[in-house]
Amino acid sequence: MRPAQQITRRAFVTASATAAGGLLVSLYLDRPLRAQQVPVPGQNPRIYPPDAFIELRPDGKIVIQVNRLEFGQGVQTALPMLLADEMDADWSQVAAELAPAADIYRDPVRGIQMVGGSGSIATSFQQYRELGARTRAMLVAAAAERWKVAPEQCRTEASVVRGPAGQSATYAELAEGAARIPVPATVQLKKPADFRLVGKRVRRLDSRPKCDGSQRFGLDLDVLGMKVALVAHPPVFGARPKTVDDTAARGLTGVAQVFEIPTVSGGTAVAVVADKFWTAKQARDQLKIEWDLAAVERPDSAQLWATYKQLAGTPGNVAVTRGDQTSLDALASGDRLVAEYEFPFLAHSPMEPLNTTVRFDEGRAEVWAGSQFQTVDQAAIAEVLGLKPEQVTFHTEMAGGGFGRRATADSHVQREAAEIAKRVPGTPIKLIWTREDDVQGGYYRPMHAHRVEVGVGPSGLPVAWRHVVVGQSIVTGTPFAAFMVRNGVDRTAVEGVADTDYAIPNFHVSVHHPTPNVPVLWWRSVGHTHTAFVMETLIDELAARAKMDPIAYRRRLLNPDAKKLRAALDLMEEKSAPWRAKLARNHAAGIACHECFGTAVACAVDVSIENKRPRIHRATVAIDAGLVVNPLSVEAQCQGALVFGLSQLMANGAITLKDGRVEQSNFDRYTPPYIVDAPVAVDVHIVPSIENPTGCGEPPVPVISPAVVNALSKLTGKRYRTLPLLTV
Amino acid sequence: MAPATYELTVNGQKRSVTADPGTPLLWILRDELKLTGTKYGCGIAACGACTVHVGGVATRSCVVPVSLIGDRPIVTIEAISQDPVGRAVQDAWVSHDVVQCGYCQSGQIMSAVALLKRNRKPTDKNIEESMGGNICRCGTYVRIREAIKMAGAQP
Ligand code: FES
Ligand code: FES
Repeated sequence: MRPAQQITRRAFVTASATAAGGLLVSLYLDRPLRAQQVPVPGQNPRIYPPDAFIELRPDGKIVIQVNRLEFGQGVQTALPMLLADEMDADWSQVAAELAPAADIYRDPVRGIQMVGGSGSIATSFQQYRELGARTRAMLVAAAAERWKVAPEQCRTEASVVRGPAGQSATYAELAEGAARIPVPATVQLKKPADFRLVGKRVRRLDSRPKCDGSQRFGLDLDVLGMKVALVAHPPVFGARPKTVDDTAARGLTGVAQVFEIPTVSGGTAVAVVADKFWTAKQARDQLKIEWDLAAVERPDSAQLWATYKQLAGTPGNVAVTRGDQTSLDALASGDRLVAEYEFPFLAHSPMEPLNTTVRFDEGRAEVWAGSQFQTVDQAAIAEVLGLKPEQVTFHTEMAGGGFGRRATADSHVQREAAEIAKRVPGTPIKLIWTREDDVQGGYYRPMHAHRVEVGVGPSGLPVAWRHVVVGQSIVTGTPFAAFMVRNGVDRTAVEGVADTDYAIPNFHVSVHHPTPNVPVLWWRSVGHTHTAFVMETLIDELAARAKMDPIAYRRRLLNPDAKKLRAALDLMEEKSAPWRAKLARNHAAGIACHECFGTAVACAVDVSIENKRPRIHRATVAIDAGLVVNPLSVEAQCQGALVFGLSQLMANGAITLKDGRVEQSNFDRYTPPYIVDAPVAVDVHIVPSIENPTGCGEPPVPVISPAVVNALSKLTGKRYRTLPLLTV
Repeated sequence: MAPATYELTVNGQKRSVTADPGTPLLWILRDELKLTGTKYGCGIAACGACTVHVGGVATRSCVVPVSLIGDRPIVTIEAISQDPVGRAVQDAWVSHDVVQCGYCQSGQIMSAVALLKRNRKPTDKNIEESMGGNICRCGTYVRIREAIKMAGAQP
């Protein structure tokens, strides 16, 4: 730990030198890999020096560096809980800070500093516990030295060490002595039964500043001498201007500069630098740009659907195949079912519009960004500015949501900010994407077509399954492709289908990856957003066809070793049984379950139809995420994730393109759920577990839309296979 | 248009600003007065992140030009704790752990305070009407409902 404010640069540098290199491991851990990822107490090869993570202040305050972006998911509270618990720190004195980009703050498993794949707790569980335990051991050693007793004779509680003869000293008093104690190589971690914070409903550390306006987000940054930049992006991805008339824009008071910058998709954009946002906005509005659209491909949703549907009728690159592929065709037509699905492009639209602030000076730069990929973004900015990554000081700013949008392999927002900053050295530039830039700016959840042929056996269970997925690859062309694309299959497009826990003997999944000119990206829960919808609506349909209870049907079909999913299903069934048994008139219950990122979620919803839209009166969620660090946070994540998942069902829940241009530009036509679209009440139940923790930010997203649609099907007798849900 | 000078009453203080008459109140607050608790989310009155009270009425500051404010007092999130209802709402928000990313919450709280000032016992329907234009992308709606009811139940 760092005693008394002394931020020891030297200690920090030493720590960085011992850091594991930039080994980029998997975002998505394969099933066998998951076992290795399980942290084994005492065997973590890496010893993280506490002084890079913990500062003990003389007033007793304990400031913990969080090596992740906080953007709502609660990691800024959960990681300090782990550390403070092992340290026996006084929780009321704990504060958290978002760590800047640095090697020491890279994800211990993934090798880069990042948030993704719902992995923050899973991969830093051991790390933060050990940090706390080591710190505690050092404080105890310092106390033992002072009192000339054996460390084993000392106890700790609430930031105080107590000795055998009634001695006591606070952690703050012991900080300086502890800093001289060598970091212990091995430490004893607590048994789950001894946790004081872990497993308790602990409130967020960042609530109050987010309720009184004092929390600073990236967009709120005010650096001395700062200017605001807005960019006029090409209306079609990759296009360039033919002519730019910026006379009127330049004539506005407060406009400093207007110039062209390259975009990562090979086009050219026009940047406006002004004193304030409103000036920059007016100047951008007054630019007269004639774009050259002849040279770029102009994607069109209607045409893409036609192509996608055609592709879905032909086999693609094989993701998984088992059993006998001729068995399906051998079945009588009455035992076969064909289902075709459509999923549109979706924008993430985090509430805080995208932004990054960069100041470029001779030989160095300083950056403030709410980034999910600090390591990647820092390197990208350095590249644009001709610097080394370590010459770029990168502050992690609190971010207003992200859902994957702040994790781009090409760092396009950061590159844009750096391109602008490069032209005005010495002036901090705050690049702001307006909501229009965000909605029209690409990096969408890819559109997908699915075509599934199912053969039903005499028991009513599926015996053959042929599934074709059509959709862009998210990771092709990025460094992630090396371990996420195999044999022409981007794992993120078929996850949730190819690895389904339903035991279907003859099973074939293949995929086509068309390459239309639209940048795409992971959207909270990634491929599961569409694959779980297909699986969970089809399975429900098959259950109805077999006249079986949908829960019992799933239970029969699930692999015996799908323990988490079974546990979640059982718990959901038990907790929702009372209200499912006495539904109001014209209400129906719908259910769905799904496992992703190592976490299983089951959900039941009480739905009626109001104003031709689904009205969700209640949702019951059960989740098995292994050992839960903060049940309050898991509850909140489940509740929030359901609402996010409902984005897919909104009537205005689609991004569409016409002749290359995105047709929506703001929340009026690309509309996220409002309060009336969300469940009125959500009760969340956690499967008790001492298994290693898995994530909960994404796993509850996929279940809600199939659950709602399954309820609607009961009410209307219709099947819903095209999203968004235009009519009920 | 040529800039003009406006005398505003913001959070009980007189503030003089010189700006283009068409500048939305949101950007006066954020860029001129450095009151960044009021957020920009959409700029078209579709998300509620920019909600402030103008003359006691919950108002989307992103679409109200500064020239139309006149002498109506403006209250922003930074001063809402001075109001007993405001304080109760903030406390309820904290005790219910409402916030996630927090970006929408200034607007949510300003809308909730306006509601509770009119109606201390709002039904779910009242809540949906008054909060119906505030987007929370993190989906904190269930907790918002609970917190509003709790704040309304305060003496
Ligand atoms: S920013 Fe004003 S309503 Fe969205
Ligand atoms: S808390 Fe994140 S948008 Fe509401």
